[in-house]
Amino acid sequence: MSYHNPPTTPRKSATFDDYTLSEIRRAATTGIYDIRGGGAKRKVPHFDDLLFLGASMSRYPLEGYREKCATNVVLGSRFAKKPIELKIPITIAGMSFGSLSGRAKEALGRGATLAGTSTTTGDGGMTAEERGHSQLLVYQYLPSRYGMNPDDLRKADAIEIVVGQGAKPGGGGMLLGQKISDRVAQMRTLPKGIDQRSASRHPDWTGPDDLEIKIMELREITDWEKPIYVKVGGARPYYDIALAVKAGADVVVLDGMQGGTAATQEVFIENVGQPTLACVRPAVQALQDLGMHRKVQLIVSGGIRNGADVAKALALGADAVSIGTAALVAIGDNDPIHEEEYQKLGTTAGAYDDWHEGRDPAGITTQDPALMERLDPILAGRRLANYLKVMTLEAQTIARACGKNHVHNLEPEDLCALTIEAAAMARVPLAGTNWIPGQGF
Amino acid sequence: METVDLAKVALRELNQVLHQQKAGTNATSWEVVNPKGSHAVAVGVDAPISIDIRGSVGYYCAGMNKDATITVHGSAGPGVAENMMSGEVRIKGDASQYAGATGKGGLLVIEGNASSRCGISMKGIDIVVKGNIGHMSAFMAQSGNLVVCGDAGDALGDSIYEARLFVRGAVKSLGADCIEKEMRPEHVEILAGLLARAGITDAEPSDFKRYGSARKLYNFNIDNADAY
Repeated sequence: MSYHNPPTTPRKSATFDDYTLSEIRRAATTGIYDIRGGGAKRKVPHFDDLLFLGASMSRYPLEGYREKCATNVVLGSRFAKKPIELKIPITIAGMSFGSLSGRAKEALGRGATLAGTSTTTGDGGMTAEERGHSQLLVYQYLPSRYGMNPDDLRKADAIEIVVGQGAKPGGGGMLLGQKISDRVAQMRTLPKGIDQRSASRHPDWTGPDDLEIKIMELREITDWEKPIYVKVGGARPYYDIALAVKAGADVVVLDGMQGGTAATQEVFIENVGQPTLACVRPAVQALQDLGMHRKVQLIVSGGIRNGADVAKALALGADAVSIGTAALVAIGDNDPIHEEEYQKLGTTAGAYDDWHEGRDPAGITTQDPALMERLDPILAGRRLANYLKVMTLEAQTIARACGKNHVHNLEPEDLCALTIEAAAMARVPLAGTNWIPGQGF
Repeated sequence: METVDLAKVALRELNQVLHQQKAGTNATSWEVVNPKGSHAVAVGVDAPISIDIRGSVGYYCAGMNKDATITVHGSAGPGVAENMMSGEVRIKGDASQYAGATGKGGLLVIEGNASSRCGISMKGIDIVVKGNIGHMSAFMAQSGNLVVCGDAGDALGDSIYEARLFVRGAVKSLGADCIEKEMRPEHVEILAGLLARAGITDAEPSDFKRYGSARKLYNFNIDNADAY
């Protein structure tokens, strides 16, 4: 008797999935790791895993369209003679000229100003487009010190010392030569067309004690007027925030794993750092333990997308949030209207992340003059302002439903978690229980 | 001559009054006494004035200087003249680490020795050191000139871009992508000019060797991976 051997369905490995296989082939062919922009694409616990409880009997809600819910925030009230006040608790994160076109920087400035908030410079220094259109501008003081000069320091409304970035805590940048145009090369004192290797650490200080003296120097240069922010990547938030406070920061910026970057190694983006959700409570704990919560303001960034994310970050103890990737999308990045061109680049709208190649069809992450012309900075600024205002309205709506007349009055008690992981990270109860993992019953 | 005594006047007051000086001021000559190792002395000065600091200073003296001529009659702590834009800073004694870090212009003269990371990430500044310099000096140096009349430590010029390094004495080791280069007439001229501006009369340009970038790491190539 013979048996028929039926065919089986081919089965691909879950470990060696299609993306992994393509990456192995690409590495073998090109001899270089994948470099890209943006933030982590893998799914990690996020604000989506939290829910607001809203008011019923035990809490008293505010009327959605009648009762005020304030959104203003003062940043830098610890030491600075001139703290800055924002109308909304959402700022625009540092994104460099060079990585972005001048028109994109202008659009960010226009949008932020319309919405009553600040923008931030980046590697590459301050451009006239950005200063001219940003009512409030934070000047980043970066390890590379490209374009750094005291005149711009004095023109800024605040100074942000970048120690780490959420997409790459401990890492520098790698911007391939295609984007080192004449203007970018001149601003960064680099030869045109080289692969720019940004530093991962500040060249003239080597630890928190040195940072304390560096902050003093910056304050002296700017006559103690400007708030000093310190930005860290979300890796060891409790200790990093505590040391930043000890060093004298007015404001601390905490950038979680989903935070973006202009260009760095894919393996870095996806495998270094902690999710934003996991970073907030340890950071707040550090501030509380030092008696500095609400005295040194906390800005949280890394994957903030809508008013619910804003409200959740504030409820966990942040004073404000910052957006980067979302702001780029708002002004037109990865827009499906360019789908045909994205496909020619071997990708699709929503997945384009080779910003370092300078071929962005939206004209945002490029230095190509013809592509840059595509972005209308006035219209794009208007779009960003709309988006910021919608996020703010959404956060206010949630806050009112929780009975709060200021978004800062949101608190962890307004939240529950959908998963055990999120409950443990956010230190709020798992939905339907009183259980906060790690804190007993 | 305006004299500020840091034993009697707060550092904040000193820097404030120095910041108030602008081009055309009549108060062109300043003296600071009793610095006692203070940090951030005369930082962010933005006027063509002359400042003599009588004694040693701590971190970041003359940081981000523009136009001023600042002389430290003593030694300087870490980060002296960091990110200097223009003008001249002269240290009569020794300098600690990161001297002239990220400097974009002007002239820094160290009459004694400088510690590690001298000229780190320099971006156009000229630095002249009469004595020796420590390890990792001119790391990622992008532009400008570093002149060393004595010896240099390990890993000189690691990952250097277009800065020029001139060393009269021994170099303990060169960093990645840094090589000895030919001294052409234009380099001799640059070096002679820098020595003259620094007031160094006992050194001949012909005594120096020039170091700079091999430019092998300017664009990534997997076959150079061992250098990273």
